[in-house]
This record gives sequence, C-alpha cells and structure tokens, in this order.
Amino acid sequence: MKGIRQGIPAVAVIAALVAAWWLAVVETRSVIFPTPWQVVAGAGELVKDGTLWVDIGASLMRVGVGFSLAVMVGVPLGLWLGWVKGAYSTLNPLFQILRPISPIAWIPIAILWFGVGNASPIYLIFIASVFPMIVQTTAGVHAIERRYLRAAENFRVSRYTLFRQVVIPAALPQIIVGMRIGLGVAWLVVVAAEMIALRSGLGYLIMDSRNAGNRYDLVVAGMIVIGLIGLLLDGGMRLLEGLKSVRWRYVR
Amino acid sequence: MSAKIEVDGIRKAFATDGAALAVVEDVSLSVQDGEFVAVVGPSGCGKTTLMNMIAGFVHPDAGRILIDGRPRYEPSAQGILISQQGSIFPWLTVRQNLMFGLSDRPARDKEQVADHYAAVVGLKGFEGSYPHELSGGMLKRVELARALAVKPEILYMDEPFSALDALTNLRMRNELKRVLAEERHTVMLITHDVEEAIHLADRVLVLSPRPTRIQATFEVNLPHPRRLTSPEMQELRVAILYELGVDRNAG
Repeated sequence: MKGIRQGIPAVAVIAALVAAWWLAVVETRSVIFPTPWQVVAGAGELVKDGTLWVDIGASLMRVGVGFSLAVMVGVPLGLWLGWVKGAYSTLNPLFQILRPISPIAWIPIAILWFGVGNASPIYLIFIASVFPMIVQTTAGVHAIERRYLRAAENFRVSRYTLFRQVVIPAALPQIIVGMRIGLGVAWLVVVAAEMIALRSGLGYLIMDSRNAGNRYDLVVAGMIVIGLIGLLLDGGMRLLEGLKSVRWRYVR
Repeated sequence: MSAKIEVDGIRKAFATDGAALAVVEDVSLSVQDGEFVAVVGPSGCGKTTLMNMIAGFVHPDAGRILIDGRPRYEPSAQGILISQQGSIFPWLTVRQNLMFGLSDRPARDKEQVADHYAAVVGLKGFEGSYPHELSGGMLKRVELARALAVKPEILYMDEPFSALDALTNLRMRNELKRVLAEERHTVMLITHDVEEAIHLADRVLVLSPRPTRIQATFEVNLPHPRRLTSPEMQELRVAILYELGVDRNAG
C-alpha cells in the first residue's frame, strides 16, 4: 500500500508529460511528429507483425553474449589486478587510457575486424562493459579491510580458501556494482551499434523506421521499448544486491 | 621446562616524517603453559604493536620471540589473535565462520566441530545467522568460538571486550573464564582496563608510556571466581593504577 502511494508522483509526472506532448502535437498540427496514441498504434503494428519481438531478441542476444564475455574476462582480471601489485602497476595505466575511448569510436575498427555480422556489436559491447567491471572489481579487492586478511593469515588457510571465502565475497558487492554499470553501458552501446552497422535489433528498427517513410510513431515506440527494457535489466541486476551473502554491505 | 611464550629484548620503531619513533623498547617477558597474563598500559603506549609482534604479524627490529622454544617469524593457527575491532567475516554465516579455519577436513566433520563450539559459547540456534543479525556481544562469542574451533594453544586477546557496554563486557569476562576452565589455553590479554586484568589474569604486567617497557609485575594469587569488591582486589587495583600514574588517593 505504501509502495503504491510512493509511486503516485512518478506516474503523475509521466502522465503530465504525455498530456503535454499530446497537446503540443495537436496545437502545432504537426504532420510528422506522432501523438501518443499514434505511437501506441504503431507499437501494436510491430507486435502484430512480429518484428518487435525479433528486434528485441536480436538486441538482447548481442548484449547477453557480449556482457557474459566481459564478466568472464573482467572479473578474474580485476581480481588479479587487485591482488597482485605488479599486475596493477603494469596494466592499470593501459586500461586508464583505453577506458575513456567511447565504444562508438571503435565501430569502424570493429567492422574492419569482424565485418557487419553479430561479431561486431558483441565486440563493442565487450569493450564497453569490460572496463567498468575490471575497475570496480580491482577497487573491491583494494578495499578489503586488513583485519579480514589478517584473520585468514592467522588461520593459515590455503590460497583457494583465501580467495573462495575472503577475497571474492569481500569484493562481491563492488563486483555487482561493476556488473550493473557494465550492463547499463552494454545496452546503450548495442542500440548505437545497430543504428550504424546492422540489419536487425532495436537500433536498426529506429533508423529503418525513419528511413522508410518517416515513421516517427515507430521511432518513438522503439525508444520507449529501449527505455523499458533498460529499466528491467537494471532491476534484474539490483536483485543481486539482495543476496544474503552481499547484504552485509548495505546494512548499518 | 621452557616457557610457552618467551619474548627476549624486542624493540620496534616506526618511521614518521623521516624520524624514527620508538614504540616498543627492550621488552622481555615469558608466559608459562596454561598461564593467563594480562598486559595493561596507558592508551597509545604500543600495547597493540607489542601484541602484533608476539602473534607474528609484525617483525621486531631487534630481539626474538620463541614459542615452545622455537623462534616465531609468522602467524600460525597455534595462536589466534582476537582484536578489539573483530574479524568475523560478515559475508559468511556463523557456522561458516566457525568452519573457516578447519579447511582440510570432511564437511560433515567441520560442521560438527562448528556446531559444538557454537553451543560452547552459547550461540546454539544462531548457526545459520549472518553477523549483521547479531549483537556486539554475540559477535564476540562467534570470534571466541572461531578461535577455539581450531584448538589453538594460545589466545592473543587485544582489548577484546573494550567496544562492548559495561554489562556485556562483564558477561563476556565470565563467559571467557567458563570456557577456559573447560579447555586450558595459554592467554595473553592486552587491555587498558585494570579491573578486567585483575578479574581474569594470573599475572599482570604494567607497561610504561611510549616507548614502552615493562614497568612492574603483579601476581594475582586469588582464587576464582573473584569478587571485584573484595579488599585484596581493591588493594591490587589501586597499586596498579598508581603504577599507571593515577594518584593513590584518587583511586
């Protein structure tokens, strides 16, 4: 009940914005910019002929593969950089230079190396999401309090136990933050990549709708779908923060 | 028979702004097997540094530390350190924490040991809880149980109960006495609380201000359970406080 009441202002703002949009389109008698109703109708069309599901599926598949690869590479690499001083001082400067390069800037090179198939956007997603994951994981290891490492030293546990029961769980909250950032960036990048280089996906849907007869109702419908799926993805990652073994970081 | 812990002329200085700051200066002491020795000193006198050296976490600049007659270079599970801030892993349950030091044994066996020691310190029913669900006093019990589970010969306790409120502090002291009566350990307790020291220890060493040396030694030849209000205890307390620079009349 309380949750519903808290949600009222947010819903009111969105409703007001939709109303203002509707009013503006009607008042200016725009022939190109769609009314909210036309967007809903356009979305209905996409659902009916099935292209919406195909495009959502294509985008999610690319993000899924690219992001999974980034987790598999970024987390172990981040742990290594966090634990081994020499690795950090050797590789961190390189990563700090690569990190600010926008994934969009990689598009020409991705096409050169991987062509215009699925490999290009997957590579771009990987590049975009691997760095936040390395950085957060490394920071997570660096932030482990000395008292915990001393306890592990005191009990003379094996290296396996040290990592399995101290280092990784201690860094896990930060690793999850890295994954949240990484997945958010991945979703931004896949749409951008599809707008430029591909023949399927939500990014392609938007560009294609504009090019094929200024269907701005479909453009806006595509944008809203992108926003909603992004919200769901972030919500999914947030569920990880509720895990019992991570909760210690968020209490007190 | 040689002593359990033999500390022979250790020194330690830390570099601060280029100058060496002597923290521990020429401390020698010995602790017998099964003895409970308390070390009291003014705050900031280097008690913790002394303890960290004896437990093997910090190397002395000079002198040596012998455990069972053998030189000590690094920490070992033979002597477990319990510190004021505590080091119970917040991401593991109570049971997992207690199993932590028992690595190379079958899982069934580890669980049995963990649950046994949870019961010993009065944590039965909380084996599956996470540390953030427990109170400060219960966390100290987990800490004690985790140490006991690996059957250490020595317990190094660095202000273990200082962060607790007065009532919980007193309860934990009694708890510790009860556990030690069952399993005989050699204990070194560092504290700034004179009452706690004479309540628990067989012998009390008084440290001087930094750079610290041992300034005085008091034997506590009183049977347990000790009453803090007894005249002998009061006399001892005043004498130790006097060594620490607190006026005899004020005590």
